[in-house]
Amino acid sequence: MGRLIVRRLLLVVPTLLLLSVLIFLMLGVVPGDPGRVKLGPYAPASAVAQYDHQIGYDRPLVERYGSWLGGFVVLHWGESWNTNQPVFSLTMQRLWASIQLAFVALVIIIPLAIVLGVTAALHRDGIADRIITVVSLSLTVVPEFVSGVVLIVLFVVGLKLFHFPAAPPPGSGPLTRLFYLILPAIPLMFVEMGYIARMARAGMIEALNMPYIRTATLNGLPRRRVVYGHALRNAMAPTVAVIGTQIGWLVGGLVVIERLFVYPGVGKLMADSATFKDFPVLESTVLVVAAIYMLSNLGADIIVAFLDPRVRYGR
Amino acid sequence: MSYLPQSPFEPGPLDDLRPEAAPAAAAEPSERTLRRRYVLRSLWHSPTFLVGAGILLFWIFMALFSVHVSKYGPYSIDPIHALAPTSGAHWFGTDEAGRDVLSRTLAGAATVLVIAPLSTLLCLLLGGSIGLYSGYFGGTRDEVIMRFVDVLLAVPVVVAALVIVAALGHSIAVIILMIGVLFTPPVARTIRAAVVSERQKEYVLAARLRGESAVYIMASEILPNILSPIIVEGTVRLGYAVFTAATVAFLGFGVQPPSPDWGLTISIDSQYIQTAWWTVLFPALALASLVVGANLLADGVRKALSE
Repeated sequence: MGRLIVRRLLLVVPTLLLLSVLIFLMLGVVPGDPGRVKLGPYAPASAVAQYDHQIGYDRPLVERYGSWLGGFVVLHWGESWNTNQPVFSLTMQRLWASIQLAFVALVIIIPLAIVLGVTAALHRDGIADRIITVVSLSLTVVPEFVSGVVLIVLFVVGLKLFHFPAAPPPGSGPLTRLFYLILPAIPLMFVEMGYIARMARAGMIEALNMPYIRTATLNGLPRRRVVYGHALRNAMAPTVAVIGTQIGWLVGGLVVIERLFVYPGVGKLMADSATFKDFPVLESTVLVVAAIYMLSNLGADIIVAFLDPRVRYGR
Repeated sequence: MSYLPQSPFEPGPLDDLRPEAAPAAAAEPSERTLRRRYVLRSLWHSPTFLVGAGILLFWIFMALFSVHVSKYGPYSIDPIHALAPTSGAHWFGTDEAGRDVLSRTLAGAATVLVIAPLSTLLCLLLGGSIGLYSGYFGGTRDEVIMRFVDVLLAVPVVVAALVIVAALGHSIAVIILMIGVLFTPPVARTIRAAVVSERQKEYVLAARLRGESAVYIMASEILPNILSPIIVEGTVRLGYAVFTAATVAFLGFGVQPPSPDWGLTISIDSQYIQTAWWTVLFPALALASLVVGANLLADGVRKALSE
């Protein structure tokens, strides 16, 4: 088990390296140079060349990658071409804002999705099942910014319940911050919930069809104990695995939702840096996000392993 | 149907005795025709499929002909009546340039309806070839390809889209290519799984013993037998492609103004959302209907093929 985790952790490093090369290559072939972008179309060519030399853009690609990678490892991530802020502190500051939003979303999503999925499974093919399945699947397929617009029109413009934009005023307390984050978390919840609920439903139905459930029922155990004591734990393995992969969708959703709600998170930072071709920021944020994504997948796999004794003890 | 989850209610071996299963004993080509006829008939009787197809056809029709249907053109500006609320003259109100929101909403499907089907075809083509190759040959080649697929899956699609668009610029061709390539790994995985379960079957062995080439076996023997997972994957991907194309447009990396594209319109007009909500709500609802329609269609097709 421990060896499995170490092997997976060691696999993360080459994947990230390969990814950083891929991104560097892609951004390296872009026509136009940062000096031109920074100084505008009317700046003299000498000033552009001077700027490019200053940030080291005139060196060959391999050399640039080497010095970038060396800096990245020791947390010296360079400066933004757009705002001149140091990339590391900028990324971490925005990441923290995004983590708060993602946390609020996940705290709503996971329990709600599991409860809905298990309810649907227990009332299989009944009315509750149909409603839960159809509603959660329809909400899953609608892009976050679409449901976000509908929610803003309903709850901000119509009922005047929530605030827009979603960035809490600086210096506000934790409860105020939480209140600001609820509305942007809901579209994220819509998209994520469907898959998790569907997995929980399928896992529960499969678990309920197992012979040991029949045995437990025939032994006279109360239904409640059969369902929550025996079936639930085994039903959760596929659900946990899917939650891990959903973290990736959550990041994509953050990019969209942070833009719609004008929230200063890492998703908005990424989108803005792509728009302004601010490559030091783009490269670093993408790598950080990919690392988080891979680690959350790994985390999900480890939890699945602990839930399933066959995986835990090596088949 | 080994690629589908097994349920106790699915037909077992004894069900072959049922009268409707009798044609299965007939000659091979007629079995295929019968099956196709059966699938088409169950599609025709599936409300899910019909509603989804109806919604899609509506938006296709509107994308092609809305200019002749709506009262105002999607591009005709009228700055005096900018940001006017819903009224008898402008049912959905007007936007910041005084353009009629109803006319623009009806015309807004065009770009998504070009990007989504073409990128779906591309990912089926790429993913199908990779899946066939990887699944048929197996071994080291399979292992290497699937590892590479895993690396591609290590980045969320929207994030990868940001990098690609920042590097290559945003023409419609780049976006079609990008969505097609980003959707290739999951398609390759599905097709590979289907091929692996077909590879062991006797008709493949027979073809191999006849001395057929690998390309012939993959294209003419295996491919017709894995058509249903390919079609199911294609319809599911179509829904995702609409989702992704709309999201890319919303992030400002798709078509540029003054296109009436829904994602772009919502992106630009969301700054007016508190004062002129109609500029964004109606395109949002239209986009929601298109995405739900595409997914209903996919669901109908999946059920018809799995029966």
